[in-house]
Amino acid sequence: MTTDRSGIIRRLGRHAVLIVVAVLMLYPVLWMLLSSLRPDEAIFNSGGISFSDLSFDNYVEGWNALRHPFTHYLINSVIITAGAIIGNLVSCSMAAYAFARLNFRANKAFFAIMLMTIMLPVHVLLVPQYVLFSELGWINTPLPLIVPKLLATDAFFVFLMVQFIRGIPRELDEAATIDGAGPVRIFVRIILPLTVPALATTAIFTFIWTWNDFLGPLIFLTDSDAYTVQLALRTFIDSSGGGGGSSWGSLFAMSTVSLLPVFVIFLVGQRYLVRGIATTGGK
Amino acid sequence: MSALNELAQMRRTRGKKRQSLTGRERREERTAFGFLTPWLLGLALITVGPMVASLYLSFTDYNFLQDPQWVGGENYVRLLNDPRFHQALLVTFKYVVISVPVQLAAALLVAIVLDRGLRGLALYRSAFYLPSLLGGSVAIAILWRQIFGAEGLVNWVLGLVGIEGMSWIANPETALGTLIVLNVWTFGAPMIIFLAGLRQIPTMYYEAAAVDGAGRARRFVKITLPLLSPIIFFNLILQLIGAFQAFTQAFIISGGNGSPADSTLFYTLYLYMRGFGNFEMGYASAMAWVLVAIIGLFTLINFVVSKYWVFYDD
Repeated sequence: MTTDRSGIIRRLGRHAVLIVVAVLMLYPVLWMLLSSLRPDEAIFNSGGISFSDLSFDNYVEGWNALRHPFTHYLINSVIITAGAIIGNLVSCSMAAYAFARLNFRANKAFFAIMLMTIMLPVHVLLVPQYVLFSELGWINTPLPLIVPKLLATDAFFVFLMVQFIRGIPRELDEAATIDGAGPVRIFVRIILPLTVPALATTAIFTFIWTWNDFLGPLIFLTDSDAYTVQLALRTFIDSSGGGGGSSWGSLFAMSTVSLLPVFVIFLVGQRYLVRGIATTGGK
Repeated sequence: MSALNELAQMRRTRGKKRQSLTGRERREERTAFGFLTPWLLGLALITVGPMVASLYLSFTDYNFLQDPQWVGGENYVRLLNDPRFHQALLVTFKYVVISVPVQLAAALLVAIVLDRGLRGLALYRSAFYLPSLLGGSVAIAILWRQIFGAEGLVNWVLGLVGIEGMSWIANPETALGTLIVLNVWTFGAPMIIFLAGLRQIPTMYYEAAAVDGAGRARRFVKITLPLLSPIIFFNLILQLIGAFQAFTQAFIISGGNGSPADSTLFYTLYLYMRGFGNFEMGYASAMAWVLVAIIGLFTLINFVVSKYWVFYDD
């Protein structure tokens, strides 16, 4: 047993280590934020500690540096993200309810297939999907990025919701059945309201992953009219000539703008994010 | 229970024999397929259909504009003789083999420190978790380019202690290292899964071991590691699959072509370059199937090896 004093010292030491690590982890992002508020020449070779000469010039410049004002790309991203969220919520909850509660032939086989699709690399689907969507005339529209979500292709969320629905007492369904409710009614009136935490988790993860997605838009959106925020940022590096270009400040400013929604969602939905990750990985 | 445990479990308990259905059961089955319709459509049209098409295309010459020309195994033979493909494999293996274990070790270490009932746990957890949510974005890749650039943050810090820096991004020796650092930086997600797993270990095990005089290291090796092994396994598989598919960071940091000197030519980046840069879509499809085979093989090896180190208490 340790004495009180050495216990306190040990605890303080642990906090000190954790704080140092946390600062190291977060400093790059903080540095980007500070750099976005300072003139280019102040960014190079500095740790960003000075708080003088802060201004929003980079934001004004960056906002209008590309072919469209940045608002245009934000709106494109919002449309795709909102569509993906709605798609995942509707389709994944329906599939999850069937897997978790209903008896049908091949339930187990389909469930196993569903689990395996979680691990399938998307790259194997890209070329045929590109061909398919271009045949349909969907290239440069949000459809290739939304429609698959309406078809429950994000199996991770189906699994998350299956886990959650399994935890809801079956007695509730049985009581409703005795009262004459069918599966559709049970799903809408009992299961969905009780699954709200899992739905919130799905919405939040879908938001962050869709917002950050780069590969999908890179393939399916080739016209700058249709670009999302991520693609716009990439154009930005190209136009600023990569490293050492003159517009690191505005590049950082727009990068900060692109991270802001994720950061806000993180602050609001932390609880759900943590629980979502923990329940799919835990026992 | 994780998806992997579930799959393993299903293999053990094979389905029972089925009796003929009553009217009620038949109705339930119809309803079930009603609920499954979107998923089934997605499986057929977005997943399985394209998989079959991609397997077919991998045996063809296809540039999207003309019809695919059957060439048999030629794409796969070309892969064997393509030095850039070898380079892409090497880069990706290096990335996976170094960054995944380091990332998981960091995740486990921090989770264990956090699990000891510290004050401010939620705050620390958020600080460590945030990077894994931001890490996949273009913005962070851009940030990395500047941090590890010639006049970036890293060199500024090194300058403070009198070390002359260089452009870590432009140097073929170190460019991949910056991407490995980026992946390790996102250890927050596996850390949260470890934290959840640590919570499940009954404290009485530790108390009993302490009474028996087991030290901290011994308790870690004899209690924590075995009981956490299914979760270590889960995280390992998940991060492995993710790391093999890394793309965005490599694309942005390398300027879209794996530079400098192909040192960051990730597998998926090369696949993209061939398929959507040169429109060699048959070749890209063959690459995609080799990736599936590699990931499948790695996962299989892990499953086999797991018998010797993963303990299930059920």
